[in-house]
Amino acid sequence: MTVIQQKIINQKSGNKLIDNENVRALLLFLLSLGIFLLFWEVGARMKLFAKGMPTASLTITELWYWVTHPFYNNGPNDLGIGWNLLISLRRVAIGYTLASLIAVPLGILVGISQIAFKAFNPYFQLLKPVSPLAWLPLGLYIFRDSEMTGIFIITIASIWPTLTNTAFGVANVDSDYLDVSKTLGASRWRTIFKVIIPAALPNIISGLRISMGISWLVIVAAEMLLGTGLGYFIWNEWNNLYIPNILVAIFIIGIVGIILDQIFAYLEKLVSFGKQSS
Amino acid sequence: MNTSFSSNNHAVTTDSATDAQISLRHISKVFPGRGGWLNKITGQASSDFVAIEDIHLDIEHNTFVSIIGPSGCGKSTLLNIIAGLSSATSGEVIINGEIVDKPGPDRGMVFQSYALMPWMTVQDNIKFAVETVYSKMHVKQQQRVIKENIQLVGLTGAEKKRPHELSGGMRQRVGIARALAINPQILLMDEPFGALDALTRGFLQDEIERIWEQQRKTAIMITHSIDEALLLSDRIVMMTKGPAARIDEVLDVPFPRPRDRNTVENHPAYLKLKKEMEDHLYRETRAVEEAQIKP
Repeated sequence: MTVIQQKIINQKSGNKLIDNENVRALLLFLLSLGIFLLFWEVGARMKLFAKGMPTASLTITELWYWVTHPFYNNGPNDLGIGWNLLISLRRVAIGYTLASLIAVPLGILVGISQIAFKAFNPYFQLLKPVSPLAWLPLGLYIFRDSEMTGIFIITIASIWPTLTNTAFGVANVDSDYLDVSKTLGASRWRTIFKVIIPAALPNIISGLRISMGISWLVIVAAEMLLGTGLGYFIWNEWNNLYIPNILVAIFIIGIVGIILDQIFAYLEKLVSFGKQSS
Repeated sequence: MNTSFSSNNHAVTTDSATDAQISLRHISKVFPGRGGWLNKITGQASSDFVAIEDIHLDIEHNTFVSIIGPSGCGKSTLLNIIAGLSSATSGEVIINGEIVDKPGPDRGMVFQSYALMPWMTVQDNIKFAVETVYSKMHVKQQQRVIKENIQLVGLTGAEKKRPHELSGGMRQRVGIARALAINPQILLMDEPFGALDALTRGFLQDEIERIWEQQRKTAIMITHSIDEALLLSDRIVMMTKGPAARIDEVLDVPFPRPRDRNTVENHPAYLKLKKEMEDHLYRETRAVEEAQIKP
């Protein structure tokens, strides 16, 4: 009895900090990061990697420089990374908003009608797997303008996940909710706005989240061919053959991607109401 | 009205009584099978399924009727037809002398799965019903109706909670409050306590009994529980097994009201009724099992 109690006390107070799962995970993370950076630094100094591979310390110094000097402007080929980031974000914001404004209402419309769903689904299924970059030449031909083309590609790439998720969510609203609405004699519009759309909201937000992820993937690729933005920053540094800056840009793109995704993760949580969403 | 209910029990008649509030006239429901050459080629053809056949029943005002029968006998199908959520293949539902073929706020429905909107608070769930049915009612008045009904089911204090924060029993209280808030003439309940544990089930049965004493309505409840049916009902409709389920027998429950689960069991007729129902359910369920063994 006392032995057990002692054990429990030990477990509770003893190595309390180490026993915490998050603390352990953080320690493991820091350890692996340290090993990785050390391996990188030593490997690069001993020229174990490809020729011209920068050291970890140089890359971190560059990262520090770019993060502390984000906004300067020495012409289009020497633009602070902050400006480039804002340019990319602006394109994504416009293209993504356009896509959402098309995809959500259209998805609701298609989801409500079984016939419309069956009739139009082939289009969505066909266009969904097409790489957004395939649209690039078409965009350039139609708009003859790199800015418009960038937005066009974001729009066309981020429509499909939102559209299909919205349609799916609307088409699969729990029939009990619809029965409640019917037994009360609610009008069609009231049912759509008060029942169907809120019930489908978790699916709609998941769709928007996937779309945002895709937008952020696509903008970098598209900008390599466009002329400004983070994608072009990478392309420009490739032409300069200055690898540390490419690594810096990759890191920044990743961080911004996480932030964008987390915003939507938060929104998903907000509309899940006890239901566990992935 | 509150005096002994046993004295003025009308038998549920099979011919149309004039004072019946709900008349079910020869109702049948057939779920069409998959015919046609395409399904035959792909081997997916199936024959029509007769769920219920020739259900004929009159229910008087302010009567509590339970429908009991083996699983899959079409009880829910029948209730959905009365609710107007599903249409009868033949026959008609007559409520207050008018043929009914679609849902309406004269019938309040309580669902087995509660069917509460998870994004709405307790209050908003009930508000949705009240706003929908009484759209012209003054907002103050609406708020009063909502408050009264939350009070009626004993949920005062939980108004701002969302369904997922409540236990199953509490959720069904909201479901009941929502059904009652629109002040329907008829209350339809599809196995309202089927998903609850025994204790909670007992609480809610007592609650229904109490509420029903306060505001008598015509009520139709589907149940699997013999004790539940005996505690709450004035009549118990026993259905045969499906397919083509029919009404086998209608029992009158003569216990005086208000009822209490402890005293009801002491009534001289209790054991006899219970035995009769057990025999019926046992027989029908056996028949269901036998039918499954030899197709």
